[in-house]
Amino acid sequence: MKRIFLSFLFFFVGSFLVQTKAISYSSDPESFISEVIDEAKIILSGSSSSDEKAEKLSQIALKTVDIKGLAFYTLGKKRKEITPEQLKKYEDLFEKYFLKSFTSRLTDYSDPKISVLSSEVVNNKYTIVKTMLLKTDKKPEVKIDWRVYTKDPDNPLIRDLIIEGLSLARTQKEEFASVLSANNNDINVLFSTLEKFINK
Amino acid sequence: MLERLKIFIIITVLSMVFLTNTNADEKYTANECFEKFSRGTLKFNQALDKAIFKPIAKGYRVLPQPIRTGTNNFVSNLRSLLSFSNNVLQGDFKSAGNTAGRFTINTTVGILGIFDPASKMGFEKKPREDFGQTLGVWGTGPGCYFVLPVLGPTTTRDAAGLIGNVFVDPVYHLTHNSETDIIIGNENLSEHNYYYYRGTDAIDFRSKNIESFDSLEKNSIDFYASLKSLYLQNRQQRILNSPISNSDSDDSDWEEIDNQ
Repeated sequence: MKRIFLSFLFFFVGSFLVQTKAISYSSDPESFISEVIDEAKIILSGSSSSDEKAEKLSQIALKTVDIKGLAFYTLGKKRKEITPEQLKKYEDLFEKYFLKSFTSRLTDYSDPKISVLSSEVVNNKYTIVKTMLLKTDKKPEVKIDWRVYTKDPDNPLIRDLIIEGLSLARTQKEEFASVLSANNNDINVLFSTLEKFINK
Repeated sequence: MLERLKIFIIITVLSMVFLTNTNADEKYTANECFEKFSRGTLKFNQALDKAIFKPIAKGYRVLPQPIRTGTNNFVSNLRSLLSFSNNVLQGDFKSAGNTAGRFTINTTVGILGIFDPASKMGFEKKPREDFGQTLGVWGTGPGCYFVLPVLGPTTTRDAAGLIGNVFVDPVYHLTHNSETDIIIGNENLSEHNYYYYRGTDAIDFRSKNIESFDSLEKNSIDFYASLKSLYLQNRQQRILNSPISNSDSDDSDWEEIDNQ
């Protein structure tokens, strides 16, 4: 009985440890990005269908990207003018929009080769991890800087990708601002635009 | 010659007088002036791209890699002369020396620029410079943002820079000034060569960005706004010669969210 119990305990603890290892990332920003890239590379070069790849990549994004922070940032000053209910609805829509857009961009790369080059601590909240998407026969090499939020040093989160010096977060923010300004700052139009993208 | 110099000085002075921003925050932002026209022009450009430029770029991509690399090197080497003029005008003599060194080595050892031995000899390939950037370095603000037919996104400053480029680009002068034919002794440098060179440069650029453009178009909820943002960010970092990630203003945008 004791052996059965010990075997069960061993199996349970073992499974837990394996699972924990699978979902935890390094706290060092450079190693963290390296692990995220390696995990994404395995998925992208695998034989799964596009939908399965997108689902797996979404799981990585949910764990490693500060989607809530990004949602607030991209809404700009408008977030102060809307009701808590509207803000909640926006957060939900943004997450779905972000995951669809993010995975769609990534699944265009079947076998990306990215080298982590170096990192630069900007301040106690941010570290920029510099990487390079290596050139292929068809595409030139691309510099990608990962803006890693390190306020919680044990749990770094990605806040922005700066591709060849161009910030994706800033582009997104200006895109949303354009939709709002073209429609009398009506948040409902932004909601319907996001819903349209999510459902297409 | 004197007439051209007068026009160049007038463009420069007018740009600086009307577009200089004293407010640092406004220095890199551009207001819309003709948004309806620009959105229409962008649609026209997209249709033109789909019908002509993209298919040519795809065809160009079929060429063997060494031919494409050689073409890119050759065109980049010619284009570096415009960068050199602007390095000097910006007072960036270190970069001017690097550009001149690269041009000399690649034109001679690199057989008219087809090969790039300069990079292996420690002369780093740097981003291109143009007269719009020079005006930016001199303190000229971007002015209005708009989209030009065929040429694409621009600002008042950068449009003035396009005209200014003509005056400071040695390749333009070599191909458009018959007086230089006598000095150089090469009568084959006709005006057509200039447009072949510029056209090849554009096709080479388009061929490298087929997937990026497709992805941007597919994943944008407002393609016009995305393109505008990317264009203005690109110009900002080229004027500053520093990536946006190093900019302090970007941190302050996040600061408020962190403190909520």
